[in-house]
Amino acid sequence: MTGRRTVEVDGTAVAIEPGATILDACRAGGVDVPTLCYLETLTPANACRLCSVEVEGSRTLVPACSRIAEDGMVIRTATDRVRHARRMILEFLAVAVDLTTAPELLEAMAVYGADPSRYGTDDGSPRPDAVVDNDLYVRDLDKCVLCYRCVEACGDDAQHTYAITIADRGAAARVATEFDVALPDSACVFCGNCVAVCPTGALMVKTEFDMRVAGTWHEEAQTVTRTVCGYCGVGCNLDVHVQDGAIVKVTSPFDHDVTAGNLCIKGRFGWTHVRAGVDGA
Amino acid sequence: MDIRLPMAAATVDERRAVDRILGPPTTGWEGGERRRVDGHVATGGHAARARRHLLLPVLHALQDDIGGISDGALGYVCERLTIPPAEAYGVATFYGLLSVSEVSPTVIHLCDDIVCRTSGAKELFTALADAIGPEGSSDGTRTWHRSNCLGQCDAAPAAFVQEAGVGRRVVVRADLDRLAAGPIDGRDPAYAAIGDAVLTARFGAPDPADLDAYRAVGGYRGLRRALEVGPDAVIAIVEAAGLRGRGGAAFPTGRKWRAVADEEATERYVVCNADESEPGTFKDRMLMERDPFSVVEGLTIAGHATGATKGFIYVRGEYPDAEDRLRAAIAAAEAAGYLGDDVLGSGFPFRIEVRRGAGAYICGEETALFESIEGRRGEPRAKPPYPTTVGLFGRPTAVNNVETLAAAVAIVAEVPGAADTKLFCVSGDVDAAGVVEAPFGVTVRELLTVAGSSHPPQAVLFGGAAGRFLAPAEWDVPLGYGPPSPPMGSGAVVAFGPGVDMDDIVQRIAEFFRDESCGQCVPCREGTVRQDETLRRLVAGADERGLLDEIAQVMRDASICGLGQTAAEAVSSAIALGLVGGAR
Ligand SMILES: Cc1cc2nc3c(=O)[nH]c(=O)nc-3n(C[C@H](O)[C@H](O)[C@H](O)COP(=O)(O)O)c2cc1C
Ligand code: SF4
Ligand code: SF4
Ligand code: SF4
Ligand code: FES
Repeated sequence: MTGRRTVEVDGTAVAIEPGATILDACRAGGVDVPTLCYLETLTPANACRLCSVEVEGSRTLVPACSRIAEDGMVIRTATDRVRHARRMILEFLAVAVDLTTAPELLEAMAVYGADPSRYGTDDGSPRPDAVVDNDLYVRDLDKCVLCYRCVEACGDDAQHTYAITIADRGAAARVATEFDVALPDSACVFCGNCVAVCPTGALMVKTEFDMRVAGTWHEEAQTVTRTVCGYCGVGCNLDVHVQDGAIVKVTSPFDHDVTAGNLCIKGRFGWTHVRAGVDGA
Repeated sequence: MDIRLPMAAATVDERRAVDRILGPPTTGWEGGERRRVDGHVATGGHAARARRHLLLPVLHALQDDIGGISDGALGYVCERLTIPPAEAYGVATFYGLLSVSEVSPTVIHLCDDIVCRTSGAKELFTALADAIGPEGSSDGTRTWHRSNCLGQCDAAPAAFVQEAGVGRRVVVRADLDRLAAGPIDGRDPAYAAIGDAVLTARFGAPDPADLDAYRAVGGYRGLRRALEVGPDAVIAIVEAAGLRGRGGAAFPTGRKWRAVADEEATERYVVCNADESEPGTFKDRMLMERDPFSVVEGLTIAGHATGATKGFIYVRGEYPDAEDRLRAAIAAAEAAGYLGDDVLGSGFPFRIEVRRGAGAYICGEETALFESIEGRRGEPRAKPPYPTTVGLFGRPTAVNNVETLAAAVAIVAEVPGAADTKLFCVSGDVDAAGVVEAPFGVTVRELLTVAGSSHPPQAVLFGGAAGRFLAPAEWDVPLGYGPPSPPMGSGAVVAFGPGVDMDDIVQRIAEFFRDESCGQCVPCREGTVRQDETLRRLVAGADERGLLDEIAQVMRDASICGLGQTAAEAVSSAIALGLVGGAR
């Protein structure tokens, strides 16, 4: 398993390290492949299939995010079959869930010419309301694309708390706690690491959710300042999002080699005191 | 791992059900009595988590004894096995035969799939709704649900009944009286053979679990020969016979065994896939019920050939009789030295464990089956790596269908005709539905003739719901592996007579896949729903053929596993043949 390999991506030879995925190869070759469930900091869930590409000799399309590239592979990312698959996947998602807070998916829909209107309107499944069962973050399952990211972040890939799971099967599958108990009654420790990885806004910090409902969330008017959490000696990096002189959200950089975007409840949510007494908070 | 348990406590009965599988708890950490020493020594952890594979058997025990799984009971299970409650809940809610929402003394699953719905199931629904109330409601003791194919198509309509504290039973040719009755004594197995009866030769035995009777007609000759000639030679024999998997994918069995045998590993497994759930298919059930030793012998030969010392049989949860027969056969084989530490004094150790499915078609997919045995949701894994490299518990594993193993026994035992025989399940609008054994090259028309049909059907579905409808010209094509034969699939042949509403049948197939998708990948989870809805519009008169084609293509191209990849086959073929919608 040593020595570099060469694959062909859309006609161009690309050299890669052993163990690299097709997605790595495509990126190394400067070829854009859309992803949804994939995140650098998590184990590939291999669920959305948006990253499908053609590999010569394979009967079906192949998920770029999780398939290890083999020496000599011939990969095509822009064929009719690939474009068809991506367009259909985007349409399927747009019909089933509310993508209004998933700007990357909306962009991809434009690129691939996805038209969800052609499926009619007879989807009888009831659309769930957002669940507000705690003061820190909100779950809006109507926006959930079942990418498995939050379950992985809460479980094996980061937090090891295992408060949430995928329950039920097929179209009824959903992210849930045991017996659907409210989050405060579950094992959740409110680190918000699930919120950090959610690609669609189905999980959202309460401040952002409330401001969006009130129409006062203006991302373009926000500044983001990187600093270090002062609560404990771990010293996690914080990205402090400020709008109109007030902190509205705290995140953490994914590319940090120690914390990989994760925080604990204090770093992510323990900032409301900053303006205590200033605006009556 | 710290786990946070639900507040509710398990009842005494619930604990008893769990302890029936796990044994009594030994420390306070496991939910037993808290002793002084437990304050100083922690147990559980890895040792408990290594028993994760017992999750499904424990959930079955609760469902069997109590009639459902309460939060307190699930909490106790999690405490015993160190499983986070959310994960256990995710597993329990995946399976159709486990209930976390209700505890009901009697649950009736009434088949309304493609064969039963043309054989009186619909009338029975009305009767049940009158007697109990609408689907899913309870009259205090009974509740009922519609079910996908129960694998009893030879005696439709069929029902499967779970009775808490009593057991599970199948009711064939169901009506209200028979549903209410206790277990019904054996029915005559319906089978026939064109040419040599190899796999069905012992179907008429008075007691299929009688080992001496099995031996008297050539049983265990295959294993003896295998032990004589050695693993390499056995694989060569199976390869030379050209045996291909009967589970649907038609993979060469010898090549699979060799791949596992050649892996460098300290442990390997062989698994018998007895989860038969393909609509219209019941041959594996018949084999297990009528000739269980052939399955046990076959798995033993597979274990010997591949170097595995442990085999699992994953049997469909709706097949209680097959499971009982297998367990009896395994016990008898163990007692007689055909299984155990030293099989027939050859120095080869081999044991078999039976695991029960819990109502999920997808668990017939080999990697979903592994997940299920390991105590997880039955979600298929990405391939590669293939099971022959990374299979059950991460070890090289050979998975084989029930019929494949039975055929392997006959091949190794040099039974004449063994390499050239196949079981077909003929049902629907025929006089005598049943299993028909025939040599390759037989045609659908010949199979229908054997089963007796007084008039030509208007449509024939071949290979199950994942198969396709055949054009009348194809009814005369010799069946086999590869063109011109249509794909063999599960070997199911379902005939639909002139009076059948084909719109309704094709719609039901679309519903089947919508219902059975594991929900993991978008093309299948959403595609099966969109296919079902779009087909409904087509049936109502809209020209949706283009959109259905597009949906079919993405499911075929981009789904993770065979379920999504074949979920449009039958629908597409029905449209192409003009069997459904406005095209007629
Ligand atoms: C959705 C799905 C369901 C399946 N169900 C079964 C089944 O019930 N029994 C079976 O033997 N194979 C089933 N298979 C095929 C198995 O994945 C596997 O190919 C087979 O068990 C291998 O055994 P064989 O080589 O002896 O056929 C299924 C496959 C898929 C995709
Ligand atoms: S809530 Fe968000 S992160 Fe979790 S599965 Fe849904 S879309 Fe993915
Ligand atoms: S986020 Fe939590 S773990 Fe990280 S530095 Fe702050 S207090 Fe410590
Ligand atoms: S194709 Fe369907 S059944 Fe298979 S993994 Fe995807 S969602 Fe699950
Ligand atoms: S990004 Fe590859 S499957 Fe989702």
